[in-house]
Amino acid sequence: MFDKYLIGEKGFRNVVEDGQTTGFQLEVRIAYYRGLGLSMVEGFEVSVDGREFPRENNLFTLRGRTYTYQQMETEYEEHWEMGEVAQLTVPLPGGLSAGTHEVAVVEYLRVSYVPVITTGRDRKTLLLES
Amino acid sequence: MSGIKRGVSLYSYQEEFFLRKLTLEQCVAVSASMGAYGIESLAEQMMPGFPKLSDAFYEQWHEWMRIYGATPTCHDAFLDTKRFKDRLLTLDEQVVEVTRDIKHAQRLGAKFIRMLVICSPELMERCAPIAADHGIWLGVEVHSPWFIEHEWIQKHLEVAYRVGTDKLGLIPDMGIFVERFPRVIYERYLRNGAHENLVRMIVERYDRHEDVHGLVEEVEKLGGNGEDIGLARTVGHFVSSDPNKLRDIIGAVRHIHGKFYEMSEDDREMSIPYNVIVPVLAAAGYDGYISSEYEGNRHLQDAFPVDSVEQVRRHQRMLSKLIGEQK
Repeated sequence: MFDKYLIGEKGFRNVVEDGQTTGFQLEVRIAYYRGLGLSMVEGFEVSVDGREFPRENNLFTLRGRTYTYQQMETEYEEHWEMGEVAQLTVPLPGGLSAGTHEVAVVEYLRVSYVPVITTGRDRKTLLLES
Repeated sequence: MSGIKRGVSLYSYQEEFFLRKLTLEQCVAVSASMGAYGIESLAEQMMPGFPKLSDAFYEQWHEWMRIYGATPTCHDAFLDTKRFKDRLLTLDEQVVEVTRDIKHAQRLGAKFIRMLVICSPELMERCAPIAADHGIWLGVEVHSPWFIEHEWIQKHLEVAYRVGTDKLGLIPDMGIFVERFPRVIYERYLRNGAHENLVRMIVERYDRHEDVHGLVEEVEKLGGNGEDIGLARTVGHFVSSDPNKLRDIIGAVRHIHGKFYEMSEDDREMSIPYNVIVPVLAAAGYDGYISSEYEGNRHLQDAFPVDSVEQVRRHQRMLSKLIGEQK
């Protein structure tokens, strides 16, 4: 549910640090009807034009605070609220080329009353913002 | 006219809230404007910051209740038993969680807490005195694929009768009375590429209330694709109980979830026989709330705009008629 709204329409851009392009960023929302503590958000697999970026390397930024995949696993206080926009940063030296890209995200959630890990899936064609 | 009262679970407006088209206040206001004054809420859905809500939030909440003439009915609790990756919460930890929810419900001014059906009878028994001390009643939701006669629900009922139905009980979700398989669900499978003949076969099988065990294998043998098999699996999670079963548990029921999937333009639920359910409740002397709970959005949102408010409005008009309210 809410899969369609998982990937944000805005905020898709390269990340530049100290003059170096170190990766790219996109906006994500929870594919669920309520918020969850970050320890129950089991990361995001990203693919761009078919190239896959495993969830262990991706960074999650919520309200200005950035978490690694490992840090999220033991974050028991902070909650990702329903419908709240977060940023996902994918390390990629040199970043992505200008223009449009086919972006897909799989979001993994550990929900108490669901016997399996819940997945949210979305795919959008996005224009890289300059 | 029966004593049944009308309410809304704000769960109904999750699409609009997610997309920031309605605020919490607007969800309350639009419900009250329909005469649905009983407000059921989900803190983890529409109250950002929960469980650490400020005094100012609760003051604001009570102000909204006063402005719109609404009454808090039920807080829907969740229980994140899987907070830790490597283990489930212990019973003691679960009691701490529920205690947190009890205090929240009390501050909202709600009378009831909806407990997930996965909650154990042991947990309910441990929490009963804590809830009672705070003036809160705990009800386990009877939600499909569970049903009233299910052993698990009967265990909960035993505990409620032993501990006292003034403290514990059941909140039946009307989604256990899905007489006809919801159109809004099978149409999505069709959009996703399910075969029309197989969908028809699966839905007819459900609508005739035949045993649907083994349906997945049968659809596989008939050459069904992933969507066909998905639908065959999904129908197995739906329940078509006899609404008269409500009579057997009514003594333990203080709140009801009016689940619905699709309201027609002439105010009929397409799959759940409210015209049978409401008279059964009235005859049994039920005088609590029926809380409209719309759950069609997730089946429509891929292809159509969702109008939860209009769907709730139709459900409320239907309830008003069935309850026999004066115009």
